[in-house]
Amino acid sequence: MRQLQQRVETQQQVGESLITQTAVRLLVPFVQLFGLYVIVHGHYSPGGGFQGGVLLGSSFIMLGLAYDQKTVLRLMSERTNILFGNLGALIFTGVGALCAIFGGLFLDYSALDVLIPLGPIEWRSFGIFLVEVGVGLAVMSIMASLFWDLGSAGQMDEGL
Amino acid sequence: MKALALLATLVTGAILLYGTMDFPAWGDPQAPAAGRLSTHYIENAIDETHVPNLVTAVLGDYRGYDTMFETVVIYCAGTVVISVLRRTRKENPEQDS
Repeated sequence: MRQLQQRVETQQQVGESLITQTAVRLLVPFVQLFGLYVIVHGHYSPGGGFQGGVLLGSSFIMLGLAYDQKTVLRLMSERTNILFGNLGALIFTGVGALCAIFGGLFLDYSALDVLIPLGPIEWRSFGIFLVEVGVGLAVMSIMASLFWDLGSAGQMDEGL
Repeated sequence: MKALALLATLVTGAILLYGTMDFPAWGDPQAPAAGRLSTHYIENAIDETHVPNLVTAVLGDYRGYDTMFETVVIYCAGTVVISVLRRTRKENPEQDS
């Protein structure tokens, strides 16, 4: 009897509900697609790396809330997540450093024209895009990792 | 130690607040930012960057340093939370939360 009660309590703690799980499973692809759209379309509409990254990260947070932590970590392991975060920060600083290496100022994207001749003005546009992708990756990874660590007190087993 | 941290925070905050006293008044048309800088961005951003969204042009290109260190701040926050909170269970399996 006591065992049953405990099992019910843990199930309630994890928050398993068919309605929430189905809704989240249907929503997550669209949220992620919208996050990518916001990152890529930052040149033409409100948005950019930070906003799109938060949307991508929130999709993992939603999965973590509806299912438990283990399901999310099976889809997106901690190692991959941290790798994405490092890659994002590296893309931003790396693009800036490349500009300095190829004879311009730090973060002066028009200097990258030496690498691929697109024209200096077009390179400034493309450089902004590269940088936004980096910001998006870093923000996505950090948002998800913050929620995982704070929600499970660093144990990575159950989540909220 | 806590009192020292509070003192450091208060002193830093007071210095920052003191620094804001030199700022131009809110909406001052003679302020340097309102004079040449904003008009330069508005008039030349599309010619100089080919980005129709002015906010993105300023954020990603003209103020690239700012955005870079914003990313670094977020990155630092994430790594600090991981290093403070994350516990690997292999080290002592008997530990309960």
